[in-house]
Amino acid sequence: MSPLLCVRDLSVTFDITRAGDMPWTAPRQLHAVKDVSFDLEAGQTLGVVGESGSGKSTMARGLIQMVPAKGSVMWRGETNLLSLSPRRMKPYRSEIQMVFQDPLASLNPRMTLGQIISEPLRTHHPEVSASERRKRVAQMMERVGLLPQMINRYPHEFSGGQCQRIGIARALIVEPKLLICDEPVSALDVSIQAQVIELLKELQRDLGLAMIFIAHDLSVVKNISHDVMVLYLGRVMENAPKSALYAAPQHPYTQALLSAVPLPDPAAERAKKMIPLIGDLPSPMAPPSGCVFRTRCVRAADDCARILPLPKDPVHRVACLHPGPVRASELT
Amino acid sequence: MSLLQIKDLSVTFEGDDGPVHAVNNLSLSIDKGQTLGIVGESGSGKSQTAFSIMGLLAKNGRTSGSVLFDGQEILGAPAKVLNKIRAERIAMIFQDPMTSLNPYMRISDQMTEVLTLHHGMSKRDALVECTRMLDAVKIPAAKERIRLYPHEFSGGMRQRVMIAMSLLCKPDLLIADEPTTALDVTVQAQIMGLLSELQRDFGMATILITHDLGVVAGFCERVLVMYGGRVMEEAPTDPLFATPSHPYTRGLLAAVPRVDDEDAVMKAIPGNPPNMSDPPEGCPFRPRCTYAVDSCHTMPPLEPFAENRARACRRPIEELSA
Amino acid sequence: MVSTTENTVAAQALPAKGRSPWADARRRFFRNKAAMMGLVILIGVALFAIFGNYAAQWSNEELDYNVMGQVAELGGPSLANGHYFGTDDLGRDLFARTVQGTQISLAVGVVGALIACIVGTLYGATAGYVGGRIDGLMMRLVDILMAVPYMFVLILLLVMYGRSITILFVGIGLISWMEMSRIVRGQTLSLKGREYVEAARATGVSAPVIILRHIVPNLLGVIAVYITLLVPLMVLTESFISFLGLGVQEPMTSLGALISEGAGTIAYGTTWQLGFPLLFFCLTLFGFFFVGDGLRDALDPKDR
Repeated sequence: MSPLLCVRDLSVTFDITRAGDMPWTAPRQLHAVKDVSFDLEAGQTLGVVGESGSGKSTMARGLIQMVPAKGSVMWRGETNLLSLSPRRMKPYRSEIQMVFQDPLASLNPRMTLGQIISEPLRTHHPEVSASERRKRVAQMMERVGLLPQMINRYPHEFSGGQCQRIGIARALIVEPKLLICDEPVSALDVSIQAQVIELLKELQRDLGLAMIFIAHDLSVVKNISHDVMVLYLGRVMENAPKSALYAAPQHPYTQALLSAVPLPDPAAERAKKMIPLIGDLPSPMAPPSGCVFRTRCVRAADDCARILPLPKDPVHRVACLHPGPVRASELT
Repeated sequence: MSLLQIKDLSVTFEGDDGPVHAVNNLSLSIDKGQTLGIVGESGSGKSQTAFSIMGLLAKNGRTSGSVLFDGQEILGAPAKVLNKIRAERIAMIFQDPMTSLNPYMRISDQMTEVLTLHHGMSKRDALVECTRMLDAVKIPAAKERIRLYPHEFSGGMRQRVMIAMSLLCKPDLLIADEPTTALDVTVQAQIMGLLSELQRDFGMATILITHDLGVVAGFCERVLVMYGGRVMEEAPTDPLFATPSHPYTRGLLAAVPRVDDEDAVMKAIPGNPPNMSDPPEGCPFRPRCTYAVDSCHTMPPLEPFAENRARACRRPIEELSA
Repeated sequence: MVSTTENTVAAQALPAKGRSPWADARRRFFRNKAAMMGLVILIGVALFAIFGNYAAQWSNEELDYNVMGQVAELGGPSLANGHYFGTDDLGRDLFARTVQGTQISLAVGVVGALIACIVGTLYGATAGYVGGRIDGLMMRLVDILMAVPYMFVLILLLVMYGRSITILFVGIGLISWMEMSRIVRGQTLSLKGREYVEAARATGVSAPVIILRHIVPNLLGVIAVYITLLVPLMVLTESFISFLGLGVQEPMTSLGALISEGAGTIAYGTTWQLGFPLLFFCLTLFGFFFVGDGLRDALDPKDR
């Protein structure tokens, strides 16, 4: 059986016109996402990790045509979502829902909870009666840990964690198969982050949801993911089952990301050795040749500039010419 | 005598819906060269504490209590005194360096201004000194880069510039308010490494304000845990992480996502942070606390219970692990 | 789940009905003393315009033959002969004429602002939301229209089709929406990037629904403020045209026309003929400006 989502060579390119360019000047191209491929099974979570500028949010938006994307995104092995016209894409938008980073900003301040949560339902099932809609919204609110009595209240009266629950309720009201979570906990307090992650895991278990969970560091995705994909400058660096990636990371960038996460343990944190990243993030307008990470890599060799590294192992995919565990000489 | 001694500091804001008690009866002291972490989530009052030390509170804020800096009362001190202290002895760095850098001025002009204005240095000497400081915060090619404008730096580099600027007058006390929250983890690690190196080299006392226990673990000697405008627990770093004595600290530690432990699970603290314009009666953590009892309806005092340690909880520590 | 029960505890203290952002703004507005004063003035002026006729002893067309010819001596404000505001140069009751003039001026202002509000908002929001080439075309059209000297066009219209109140409304409506559409477009561009608009797009809500449900309601604050500035601007425009003698036709009048007449006769010592219309004119403008200021503060609490 084919997986729920099968992504091959997904690329998102933006045309950049500079101020002062003539209308006929060919715009310069920015490859925000380049040749990303992965499979996602129903009920599984793919964690996507990358720092700012890694293209992780753009990648997710490319999947559902929120930004123009090339490549193929096969849904249940039947339909390439990228080939659909906006009209034919619409039914799939109810099957793939999204949860956003900023809990408050993702809710219209002029709408009540009831209006916000029912919007996808009104859009995709206008035949549902108002009373039935209200009932389903109340059920969904209860499901995500909100009091149904609060249905007529406005978003600004809630804390960040509660707003994120509202966002989750809105996404789940149309019973999607895939939930794209774009940094859903980055803006929340630590004690609330865990609540939202627990809720998402519980919902996944009960509803059989597949999830794409985006985060900017490796610590948060560890709890929720089955597979983890690490992006850098829009390219996949490493993509592996969670246990393999955390226990034996192969790519120097993954290793650097892992070593940078601060440990809530004074002795371990003080003794910790880091894998340094050299210099700054290169401009995405002019990415380095060969391996895009080579300019910051402690392991970079001559061939890295010439050869584009491609993953060999189909399960633990590493885009590096010199993969392998951390060497003692690389630590500082 | 300690460098900074705060006694019973309270900060109240006059809000639309009545007064908001952002900080209640906070006391702390920090000696020369020490590092203190203030840990808390949004609304815990950690940043307002820093702002009141610096005399930077919003207009509708009122303070009471005492803040002694080197034996001198600075809470409510006249602007002239405060300006002098801020210019020469206490420096502060913020979460977003862009808000404290003027986008229309070259870095060189902004940095030298500090020295020419407050220390009467000549422009040329000041420039040399500033370049040296940019070298110290490991900005590559400092000599050329000092001529650039703030927007030409990346987020991490901007924070380095801020740190360099704050160190120019060799402050006795550095207050860092969430210095790495807006940065990527890899950059955060670099900045924190840099800060602890500089702290050792310059020997300045440092107050690190953050929501991240991981950052505190590597940097601070002592930690103050705040919640709902009150101090919940105060302890040296090692014992705090080894045997947290307050239910909130325990909850917070269990909620931190970890990469170092194969089967660590994040355990949430139930409930929501307190609404500071309508805080719960008694201990602010009570509504979310699994150990809460009836007596928690009055705020327990912050009491010492072991060497250098204090906690504001009535339940005995032994009962918390049960 | 534990958190559910915790939410229950927290929510019981709160009333079930939400406090909308509008309710918050209303509360702040009613606390603003200057804005309240402006509002009271405006209500007063409106009441004067609507019910003033019932208090008048004379109609606005009747000539009082007793004062005719001796307006400077006998036509002053007086309770005895029923000319509360005195008479104009022809012996017509100035009170009735001021009532009538205020009606016309307010009507012009409000109608102009309404047209601006509806046309300008929809035009600007559509251009901003759709973006790209269509946005470019729509906004260039506005640029071109704005480059035409509108006063000239308006005067031309009035000369061609004759002086009538309908033409005045049409003319003022035609020019008033352009500025509005530019402001709305700018605001829409920033709203378009908000996550809640993105959320609606991601879930497949159609563009017209997004504009009406997510963009326009969040623009209402800006629109409300701009309208309070636009109404006095319209009143001023009308007054200016009337002052030139191209406005509404006798015996109808407007504040601008009255001021024009009053200014013309000031040399004869009939100061009331200028004073009363001018007073109402100023009161109206002040009222709108204070209300506009108050609205801006109430809707944008961060700016204070």
